Formats: sequence, C-alpha cells, structure tokens
Amino acid sequence: MIALQKRPAPSAPMTLASPALALALTAAAGAAILAAMGMEVGTALWIYFVSPFADGYSRSELAVKAVPLALIGAGLAVSFRANVWNIGAAGQYTLGAVVAGWVALSFPSAESGFWLIPYLAAGVLGGAAWAAVPAFLRTRFGANEILVSLMLTYVAALLLDWLVRGPWRDPAGFGFPQSPDFAQAFLMPLLAPPDRLHAGVLAAPVAAGLLAVMMGRTIKGFEIAVIGAAPRAGIFGGFNQPGVTWFVLLLSGGLAGLAGAIEVSATVRQLQPDIAAGYGFTAIIVAFLGRLNPAGAVPGALVLAASHIGGENAQILLKLPKNVSFVFQGLLLFFLLVCDTLIRYRVRFSGRA
Amino acid sequence: MTPLLETVGLTRYFGSFAACRKIDLAVRAGERHAILGENGAGKSTLVKMIYGALTPSAGEIRWRGRTVSLDGPGAARALGVGMVHQTFSLFDALTVAENVALALPGAMPRGIAGRIAGIARTHRLGIDPDRPVHDLSAGERQRVEILRCLLQKPRLMIMDEPTSVLTPQETRSLFDMLERLSSEGIAILYISHRLAEVRALCESATILRGGECAATCDPREETADGLAAMMIGRAVNKPTRRARPAEPGPVRLRLNGLTSGRLKNIDLDVRGGEILGIAGIAGEGQSALMAALTGEETVAPDMIEIEGRAMGRASPTERRLAGAAFVPEERLGHAAVTEMALPQNILLSHHRAERLAPGGWIDARKARNWADRVRGDFDVRSGSARPVAGALSGGNLQKFVVGREILRNPRVLAVSQPTGGIDPGATAVIRGALIRLAERGAAVLAISQDLEELFVLASRIAVLHAGRLSAPEPVEGLTAERVGLLMAGARAA
Repeated sequence: MIALQKRPAPSAPMTLASPALALALTAAAGAAILAAMGMEVGTALWIYFVSPFADGYSRSELAVKAVPLALIGAGLAVSFRANVWNIGAAGQYTLGAVVAGWVALSFPSAESGFWLIPYLAAGVLGGAAWAAVPAFLRTRFGANEILVSLMLTYVAALLLDWLVRGPWRDPAGFGFPQSPDFAQAFLMPLLAPPDRLHAGVLAAPVAAGLLAVMMGRTIKGFEIAVIGAAPRAGIFGGFNQPGVTWFVLLLSGGLAGLAGAIEVSATVRQLQPDIAAGYGFTAIIVAFLGRLNPAGAVPGALVLAASHIGGENAQILLKLPKNVSFVFQGLLLFFLLVCDTLIRYRVRFSGRA
Repeated sequence: MTPLLETVGLTRYFGSFAACRKIDLAVRAGERHAILGENGAGKSTLVKMIYGALTPSAGEIRWRGRTVSLDGPGAARALGVGMVHQTFSLFDALTVAENVALALPGAMPRGIAGRIAGIARTHRLGIDPDRPVHDLSAGERQRVEILRCLLQKPRLMIMDEPTSVLTPQETRSLFDMLERLSSEGIAILYISHRLAEVRALCESATILRGGECAATCDPREETADGLAAMMIGRAVNKPTRRARPAEPGPVRLRLNGLTSGRLKNIDLDVRGGEILGIAGIAGEGQSALMAALTGEETVAPDMIEIEGRAMGRASPTERRLAGAAFVPEERLGHAAVTEMALPQNILLSHHRAERLAPGGWIDARKARNWADRVRGDFDVRSGSARPVAGALSGGNLQKFVVGREILRNPRVLAVSQPTGGIDPGATAVIRGALIRLAERGAAVLAISQDLEELFVLASRIAVLHAGRLSAPEPVEGLTAERVGLLMAGARAA
C-alpha cells in the first residue's frame, strides 16, 4: 500500500530536486515512446538532450531560443507568485512586436543604433498595453484574467495577420503576408557572426536578475508574495491588491512585449504572421520549472530551448514529426506538477492500510 | 456495572505523530462526562474514533462491554452514538421539519412533523416543527440539531463545544436540557475547554494533555485553576485586573455614528488607560467593526477618530503610523501568512510603521531582531528554529501576533477574540500583556464572545447586537445575566 503523507513543512531540498526528477522521468518516458516508435533509443535521446549543447552553432541557437522564453518566463513567475494567472503572454509578445515593428516601419531610413532604444521601449509599451486589458477588467469588474488574457492572444494574432496582409504588406513582397524588412538601425547587433547570437541575449539574465532581487529584497516583492499567498493578510498589512494585479500584469506583459521586439529585431527582421513560435505558452512551463523564481527562469528557458532544438535536430536526423517535441514538453510539465506534490507530501509504503 | 462506552488503550497515529496515545475512558449510561483539553490535546481525534469517523491505530472501543469495530459514522449511529457538531448544518430557507427530514433517509416532512412535536414535548425542547430555520436563534438552531440527533434514539450523545455561539441564558437552558436527557439515561460526552461550564454540568471529566490521558476527576470537586493546571501540566499565572485608573485618560479612539456593513450608527469613546470590552454572540457585526477599525473597509472620514484625527478613510498603514495597532480574529491567512517565516510576518504589519523597509529595501536583520524579541518576550515556542507561521500551535501563533502589535507600544489597540480557541497558558500571557498595555496609557478595544474574558479584562463592556452597540457600562455594576439579556437583543434600559 502506498500512501501520501503531508509533511509538517514544505521540503526545501525537494523544491530543487523536483525539476531534476521531472527531467529524468521525462527522459525515461521519452525513451519508452521512442522505443515504441521503433527508434534506436540511445541515439534518439542523445539527439534530443545532448546535441543542442554539442557545438558552437547549437549553443548559439540555444541562447537565441532561450532569450524570449527567459524574459517571458521571469515576468510570468512574478505574476504567478501574485496569484495572477497571465496566460496570454503570447498575445502580449505579439503586440510588443507589432508596436515595435510600427516604429521600425515608420522610419525606413533610420541609421543610428540609438533607434533601438525607442524601438525596444515601444515593444515594452505594446506588451504592457495588451496586458492592461485583463488588468482593468479584473480590478474593475472581477473578470477572470486567465480567460481574458488567453482570448486576447487570438485577437493579437489576428491583428498581426491583418496588418501584414493589409496595411503593412511589403509592396515588393510578391504578395506574401509580410512587412518590408526593417532598416539596419533596428536590427540587434550580432555578437559572433555568422552565428545568430545577438546583443539581446544579455537582456534575459539582466531582467531575471533584477526581478529576483525585487522579489527577494524589496518591499514590492514582499507585497506581491503576500497578496498572492494570503490576500486578506496583505490587505491587513496595508498592501494594495488591485495595485499588485496591475503591477504584475503590466510587468509580465511588458517583458513579453520586449521579448517580441527583440526576437523580431534579431531573427525575423520583419513582421510575419508566425513570429510567435509558441514562446508565450512555453514560457508558462519555464516559469514553473524555475520554481516561480525569476532567476530560475533562465535555466528553465535553457532546458525548454534545448528540447526545442533537440526536437528540430530529431526532425532532421531521425525524420521524427516535430510534434514529438511538444509531447516531450507536455510530459515535462506533467511530471513537474506530479513531482511538486513531493514538496508538500512524502510517499510512504506500508504493509496494509 | 458495565460502562456504556469504554475505550481501552485507544491510540491513533498520524504518521509518526500520536494524536491519541493509550486513552482509557469509561462512560456510564446517563453520565455527563467531560473531555477537557487544550487545543491540540487530542480531543477531536478521540471523539472522531468514538464516532466512527477515524479508525484507531491500536486499542479498542467497547459498547456495553462488547468490543466493536466502527467502520464509519453509520455504524456508530446504529449502536446509538449521536453527535451534535460545533457548527450547524441547517438550511435557512427550510422549516424545522424539512431540515430534520433531510437528515433521515426516506422521511417526508409531513409525516415527521408529528414525531418531532412528540419528541420536542417529551424532552421539553420547545420547538415548533413548522417554523422556518431563519427565524430561529442560535440556541434554537442548536436544539434542532439536538432533536435531529434524538430522533435516532441515541444512548450516548457527543456535544462538541456546544456553547460557543450561545448567550449565557441559552447556555443555562442547554444545560437544563442536557441534565434532563441524562436523567432519562442518555449519556452525554461533553467536549470543551471552558472550565466553568464543565464544572457546572459534568459529573466526571477525562483530561487530555498532549494526546494522553492526564487525569480523571470529578470536576465539581476541583477548582477551575486546578483543572487548568491539569490541562496544561503546570499552574497558571492568572492575570489580575488592575484597579480602574483614577483619572480617565484622553479619548484615543472615537467612533462617530459608524455605519458600515451590518453596523448601524455606532458611537463610542475609548480612553487611554482602559480596556473596553465588546460582547456579543458570533455574527452580530464584529467582523464589520474590525474591518472598519483596521481600515480594510473605509468609511466616511469623521466616523473614526484615532488620537483626535479623522481616519475613517485612511489605509491600515496610515492608521498604524498614527499610533494604532490591530489583531484580527483569524490568525492564519489574516493576521499572519501561513507559509511565511516569522520575520516576514513581522514585516507584514510593521514594514512602514517600524520602518523595516527604508527606501523600499527590506532590512532583513531588523525584521529578524523584531521576530526574536517577540518570541522572547511572549514565550513563543516552536519545534524548529525558523518556523513558518503555520507550523506554530494556535496558542503560540496568537502570542506572536498579539506580541508583534503590543511591542510597538501602540496608543490604540483593537483586538478581536484575543484568546479564541487557545490554551490557558497562552491565554494568561496575552491577557496579562493587554492589561499592562492599558496601564501604560493605551486605549484597548477588545471584541470577544467569551464573557468571562471580558469580565477579567475590561473596565467597561458594551454589547453588539444586530449591528447596534449598547451604551458601555462599568463592569462593577454589571452581571453576566444583564449582558446576556443585551446579547439576546433586549433593549438597553
């Protein structure tokens, strides 16, 4: 008989061991799936989990993929800690790219690198503005922020789609739904050409570090944690619940918008309907993998980016469908949530009930 | 004579923790037997095993000398064990008969009304089966619960803290009824931590301490202090009420026609040096009053004056900066954050008032020192060096929460249920600290359902009933009966 027994206090070692355990279980379950598909399990696992770190090009791609995930994930970690469930980071990311793209497209002959500053600021504002909608509806009318932010994701995607097919379509684009290329001034400087590693990667550790300091050392971070853990105690302490809701939504939305602006400027270099690449939703896993600590979003993002690149490699080398990597990501989140049970409970084996 | 109910070496483990260890208990038919113990002494675990809601880890339960195994409350009911719970489970919109019928499988309200009336007559319960429950007072609702229990013809009736919602008069009539039932041969197992009630009602008592049976005695032959000492294992230092201050201090807290939520037009002055007690049964507007005082609900500015300043619209933080402090009723989730450590729970209410976060940066060392001071001065004990609030026992957490506010030396303190549900040791510490705070010149407003407590603490008592506050009266001329009448809604005359 196996029984779950509540621990007297949450286990701190298990908080850190849980993601490792979840990764191991994902690898094991992944091996079983690959074996069932008739793959050489050792090779396939190597391609999935090791090849993303194997050479300089892969490592550069890994960093490029991890940047938006870490930026969004760090913001979401703060939002989730406040018990505000911003599920719509994908939409805020898109709006960030759209507003920043509007700046870039408005100045097609810009040359100075300083143009990146208003460009990135526009990205932050775009994402924050999109997140302001669920913030307003929740604080004013009590509307559920999960539904509102999620639905706005689809609105954002359709808005981008309409823009690049309509008003912003590149006249010289042979009718493809895409904007003109951004001017050179709006492109992220590359750090090690020809690899795509760009200056924007620095934004992720800086933002995650600043947010971690905010959560751990400042009264603002304490306010967020208290309102998230016990709203009545927070109000008793003189904290402002609607204020926290606004703050974390604008913060996580702004970071998602920044991620969108950086990603478009660094890799796509124009607006297209499919710039999002699912970052906004994958970042939810990143936030949980990072234990809802903003600093944890960086390693969390690296793990998810690795699984993404591993999936692409497997697609090329093993002719595996790309969806297998989504299955792996789903498995990871599943096992993580399962393993997190062990933070509060211990497993006991006994002879009988 | 064989006892009706007997437990032999009854033990229940939760993991490695023994909530009950080797409890021997014997209850004769018609006996009124008390189970006394502090919070966490194992009272409810023991009762749940007797009621079949928990299976024992070891030991046995005997019914009329025969060993029984209870695999659920149904089995216990079939033997004749009835339970009247602490909180009522009645539908307000239905009549008494309909509520009772709901609890009896296959019964129709129409058919059962006669039986109810019959039982109500035999036991002199004074209940009309056709009255809707929302018309009933707390005491009458409890009688409906008792009636529901009696319909199952119990031989043993378990009463779990039955007086927490009753006025003194209702308590008196409950005791009369329980005495009648026991004279008819029904055994009563009376779970309580209120010593005076146990001494007034019960013929025998089993005292639990730390999950073990500490003593068995006849409570009528013991003093309240003696019983308390058995409960906590050492003598209790009782706080002594000081003489009333010769010179009343300045008015530090004033309510001017306070109207908010259930509260209607409350006027009140609380002066420095006094503890003003607010009595009343649960749910008469206490929570609205506390929310208005803390600033969690704001009202018109001049409805609340703290130290002469209109603060009705001020935030909790502004009120604290003006010299006020608050202890809400709920310890976990309101006064403290369950999963946070004690220094963080200091930060919760003191971050501005005691400047623990200058410029927005948390001064962790200062917060830790604060927590250590509260733990030292108020004897807050815990199993680990850095406990989270939720890991403290109720009494220790209450000492922490009260101590946190009192060490600020506030000029105005509003406290709700200062010692609700905690052990006599912690109660003595808290009451003593409140009295000393008032002696130093602070105005203390204490809201409590425990009249005994208010008579110990307060120099004046007012009663909250249906959102209205009676005029405060000095305790010297006041009797429990008079306060009880006000609690039941009699006009202040």
